[in-house]
Amino acid sequence: MKIVVLVKQVPDTETNIKVGDKSINEAGVKWIISPYDEFAIEEGIRIREKSGGEVIAVSLGPDRAVEALRTAYAMGVDRAIHVKVDDYVTFDSTYTSELLANLIKAENADVVIGGRQSIDTDSSQVVVQIAERLNVPHVAMALKLEFDGNKVTATREIEGGTEVVETSAPLAVTAQKGLNEPRYPSLKGIMSAKKKPVDVKKPEELGATGSKLEVVSLEPPPPRIAGRKLEAADAQGFASQLVKALREEAKVI
Amino acid sequence: MADVLVVGELKNGELKKISKELTSAGRKIADAIGGKVHTVLITDNVDAFAGDLKAVGADAVIGANLGEFSPEGYANGIFAIIQEKKPAVVLMPHSAQGKEYSARVAIKANAGIVADAVGLSVDGGKVVAKKPIYSGKAYANFKVSSEIQMFTVRANSQEVTPKDGAGAVEKSGASAGEVRTKSISKDLSGGNKVQLADASIIVSGGRGIKGPENWPIIQDLADTLGAALGASRATVDAGWISHSHQVGQTGKTVSPNCYIACGISGAIQHLAGMGSSKYIVAINKDGDAPIFKVATYGVVADLFEVVPALTSEFKKVLG
Ligand SMILES: Cc1cc2nc3c(=O)[nH]c(=O)nc-3n(C[C@H](O)[C@H](O)[C@H](O)COP(=O)(O)OP(=O)(O)OC[C@H]3O[C@@H](n4cnc5c(N)ncnc54)[C@H](O)[C@@H]3O)c2cc1C
Repeated sequence: MKIVVLVKQVPDTETNIKVGDKSINEAGVKWIISPYDEFAIEEGIRIREKSGGEVIAVSLGPDRAVEALRTAYAMGVDRAIHVKVDDYVTFDSTYTSELLANLIKAENADVVIGGRQSIDTDSSQVVVQIAERLNVPHVAMALKLEFDGNKVTATREIEGGTEVVETSAPLAVTAQKGLNEPRYPSLKGIMSAKKKPVDVKKPEELGATGSKLEVVSLEPPPPRIAGRKLEAADAQGFASQLVKALREEAKVI
Repeated sequence: MADVLVVGELKNGELKKISKELTSAGRKIADAIGGKVHTVLITDNVDAFAGDLKAVGADAVIGANLGEFSPEGYANGIFAIIQEKKPAVVLMPHSAQGKEYSARVAIKANAGIVADAVGLSVDGGKVVAKKPIYSGKAYANFKVSSEIQMFTVRANSQEVTPKDGAGAVEKSGASAGEVRTKSISKDLSGGNKVQLADASIIVSGGRGIKGPENWPIIQDLADTLGAALGASRATVDAGWISHSHQVGQTGKTVSPNCYIACGISGAIQHLAGMGSSKYIVAINKDGDAPIFKVATYGVVADLFEVVPALTSEFKKVLG
């Protein structure tokens, strides 16, 4: 089984984001692997441990994305490919999915696994777009994956519950929390990851046709409606004030 | 041609509010760029909903009978309608289903897509979509440069404004085509309660509720308000409630009109999921908790006293 896992580098949630004109100011930003992609890496490794084959971690981004690939190596992937894009519109899912789908096609992978969304853009688009470009089925929000040869049985989260689906490889999967518990890289893994090769691909080599989005501007979040703390002598006082505020002032209930 | 195509959504045979929100938003865009609004519903019973959608600006309400939900089947059917109507703009819900089929529709139509938009306006004949990025720490405005401009839109982010459209009813012959993922079974045991994603009111509990035996206190308030039940990650990790209730960065993103946070500290990862709520109420006994920085109304008090009092007060006024 040849498995591609998609690994995106995103700013750590606790990081302070400074908004520039068309992109953020990256100075001082701490970068991490998008949390859902960790489930993807882990699942790739588990499939290989069971069925054999190879796990290839792919990250698209500027030079720093290599750090994410080193972490994937330390967790146990077999190969790493960096799709190096320097003037990257991080937000354009169709451009991203085009580059990645072309790479995956060339690799002839059986399974592509990514996170259910990346936590910087929250678009939930790239992996399913890749499935469409490769003309293969997909399972989104996977909570459990089982392979029997090419036959795949999966449990996934749907609105209000879960669903069991059957499909077959080649396919694309998006990982939801609950799919597995990602392992911590071992010290030995971290040491050896430093020396492992990272294959670099440029957009031109992957036949990119270009971005379909234009960033008009970035802005700070809208100011919140000024908040106020209610004053009351007891719980009953708070309750009647709140009910009044929500019904008469905010008019939401 | 500058038409807008809206994809609406039904649930248990009823029209979801997002269908009206998107039709209304589509009407405003169509008026600005000079076109018609077509709202598509996946149903064999489109006549039942045409009036509601006409009243918020739909010129045509299209029923497509694509059977049980499957992302591939819906994408095939919706794409067939797009090919026929040739819209300039397509609006889809950023719902669990919408996220899945929209990705396939965008590729089929060779269109750029902005997902999870919360604001839509028009500039120079093109839609400008605003969306929160980096956990809501910034907002970005985008234009889509492809011929068809596609957007998925967050529930509760668009106003519903009455406006009469022509409301002609059409039945589409589009079919689901080949679907390669087969649904074997569904477990909807959490299914009858209000869903977080489209709830207009959410009552959430955090570690401050002390233990799973105390959920009824929170649930009573939620039931009284017809609200969905949310939870912080701390309560999910402690095993007090299932992950499907988790609000936040690694849970659900919600945008209700009113979010009532009970015993939740307001960690950045939690705010990432609910920070765009219109009104936020925080009930927390620690006056310095970060949740008060975003709360419209703050109550510094013990939730075990205030929440039951609130429930009975609401019961009184709501009858
Ligand atoms: C990668 C990552 C992802 C994460 N994703 C999420 C996510 O999606 N969602 C999420 O919520 N968190 C998430 N977290 C966790 C987050 O950082 C916080 O740990 C979590 O939100 C805290 O939950 P809490 O507010 O319920 O608990 P606490 O922080 O323990 O807060 C409990 C609050 O209850 C108050 N309290 C206690 N007793 C009472 C009482 N009797 N009456 C009133 N108030 C009382 C306390 O004053 C306190 O403020 C994530 C963390 C990481 C690292």
